[in-house]
Amino acid sequence: MKLLREILFPLIAVIAAFVIGGIVVLIIGDSPIQTYKLLIGSAFSWPDGIGYTLFLATPLIFTGLAVAVAFRCGLLNIGAEGQLYIAAFAAAWVGIKFGGISVGLPGAPPVNTPYASLPMLILVPLCCIAAVGAGAIWGGIPGLLKARFGSHEVINTIMLNFIAVALVSYFTQYHYKVPGDAIMQSAEISSKAHIARLGKFIPGLPERIPLNLAFILAILACVFVYVLLWKTKWGYEIRATGQNPSAAEYGGISIRKQIILAMAISGGLAGMVGINEVLGYRYRYYDGFSADYGFVGIAVALLGRNHPVGVFLAAILFAILLRGGIFVDAFTMKVSKDIVQVLLGILIVLVASEAMFRGPLKKFALIKRAKV
Amino acid sequence: MRQLFTISLLFSTLRLATPLVLAAIGGLYSERSGVINIALEGLMLAGAFTAASVTFYASSPSIGLAAAIVAGVAVAVIIALACIRFKADQVVTGTGINIMFLGLPAVLSGALFLSSGSTPQIPKDYLLPTIYQFLERIRPAAFPDWIPRWRILTDVSLITLIALLVVLITAYVLYRTPFGLRLRAVGENPEAADAAGVSVNKIRFIGVILSGALAGIGGAYLSIGQSSLFTRNMTAGRGFIALAALIFGKWRPVQTALACLLFGFADALTIQMQGVAKLPSGEDIPVQFIQMIPYVVTIVVLAGFIGQSRAPKAIGIPYEKER
Repeated sequence: MKLLREILFPLIAVIAAFVIGGIVVLIIGDSPIQTYKLLIGSAFSWPDGIGYTLFLATPLIFTGLAVAVAFRCGLLNIGAEGQLYIAAFAAAWVGIKFGGISVGLPGAPPVNTPYASLPMLILVPLCCIAAVGAGAIWGGIPGLLKARFGSHEVINTIMLNFIAVALVSYFTQYHYKVPGDAIMQSAEISSKAHIARLGKFIPGLPERIPLNLAFILAILACVFVYVLLWKTKWGYEIRATGQNPSAAEYGGISIRKQIILAMAISGGLAGMVGINEVLGYRYRYYDGFSADYGFVGIAVALLGRNHPVGVFLAAILFAILLRGGIFVDAFTMKVSKDIVQVLLGILIVLVASEAMFRGPLKKFALIKRAKV
Repeated sequence: MRQLFTISLLFSTLRLATPLVLAAIGGLYSERSGVINIALEGLMLAGAFTAASVTFYASSPSIGLAAAIVAGVAVAVIIALACIRFKADQVVTGTGINIMFLGLPAVLSGALFLSSGSTPQIPKDYLLPTIYQFLERIRPAAFPDWIPRWRILTDVSLITLIALLVVLITAYVLYRTPFGLRLRAVGENPEAADAAGVSVNKIRFIGVILSGALAGIGGAYLSIGQSSLFTRNMTAGRGFIALAALIFGKWRPVQTALACLLFGFADALTIQMQGVAKLPSGEDIPVQFIQMIPYVVTIVVLAGFIGQSRAPKAIGIPYEKER
């Protein structure tokens, strides 16, 4: 029964969101059925549809897990967006500075010279550690502020999002951009910092599709979060703090420690988005790359019931919509791909307002019982 | 540095602070009643888009402004239903609304104007007037002759004046009227308010709806006051800055407005300093660091380094009536 409820409510919310979205499409003057056919149907072709959908799901799995871990500790991490920006830049920074790349135009004196030129076997892990570490620090700050001063993590993470964006844009613009480059992006990282695209291993999947090893890492991260939360003492303490802080404290758990720990783990998971983006896709830091991954992660976690399996499925669903949005843009008269954001927004509000469905359903159950 | 601090900087501060003040005071009504309003950004976007599109069709800024208020209220009703009636998580709901309104204006502008996210340019005559233009329009015959000489003082938007009035009225309502007392009571101690016969949820509903109306006006100011069209994501985080100002102002109307002025000043300074101000080493001061100021200040204030800022006690907790 519990499992049924865990699946039933998100399902109802998804259907309701699609119905409301369909009405919006209808009002605008397009066919909802055709729009949804494009939106959902475009994801299942091989290799492009599936390849791109899984690629788009990768960052959402990471941010969904990040939000879920914090949720389990009773915290809302709205800061995944900032954490993944800092992390992506950190990964690119290591890929440049330790990859033997001089930032500058060929011939001219370099703006920025590297520290070392490390081999691939060291450089790739180092970049990954940089991403996770930077994310963990950026997530740990609001944790620390909450634990030490009691200031609310929601406001602090929002503020840190803006600070992260400004900070990273400063470093890109003033120190790591190739002079004269009109695009706000860093220099390219060393080729020794690249991680392989899955096209290398899977026959029939061309390497132009940016689906890369980070997707495998995302699956491993789901397993990691499951083991962490339900099979270790740390996870038990995090969940206990989330369920009932005073009882947890009475039981000898340091709530402050759990808050900092959960936020740092959350930030680290969000930071893994940087691995997908920088090491597996663009091979450089690209300013403003995130398509609200951090915020969509909240919806992913919510719809996935803060469970790794649910997060994985929800991320795939959202990736299908994001992929389909491109085709909606191209093949419908009036509806643009922005309808995906509208659907996401409706979905978040509906999932949050679960009580709306619970009330009628309870009545329904009562009626049934009365009849028996 | 001297040429920086001119009268134009003062006016640019006023202009930039106006939407912040309206949104922040809106947020104040909601948050003092105990409902967190992260959705100020989305509410402003709703207001901005509605104002621009309606003004384009109706060729009247007052109809546009009224429509923006209606739009803000409509979205606020959704928030209130979710957060108060269905006891949804307030932060999550607000985030959902924000994401929704990144997309919805773009979808609608695509359908209405076949553009990707912006409305057509609105002719100058149909924008919200400045105080000067307003006076000129309502009494062209008896236009006081001292006005043109003091033109610089009347060259701010009428909405800026309205924002100022809103602050003063709010200060009065909050501390001097029964409604204000109820609003504060519901946000601090809903059980006691309920026991005293106040309908907690009704007051909260009103609080959220007021925040929608004011944030809607703030949005309208952006699209048909400061600018002459709606562009994609034109609030650019102002809803969050308003939220920061609300916290910095300790959820009090006058202090909140002052915080908005401070953040508006930081914004104005950013614009003026571009390429003008230099570090002692002769380099430009990177704008990113000035942009960060409001956010850093908020974190520092929240941590209690500059006086304590205490949120309404019952904020974020849906009220469960005892049976």
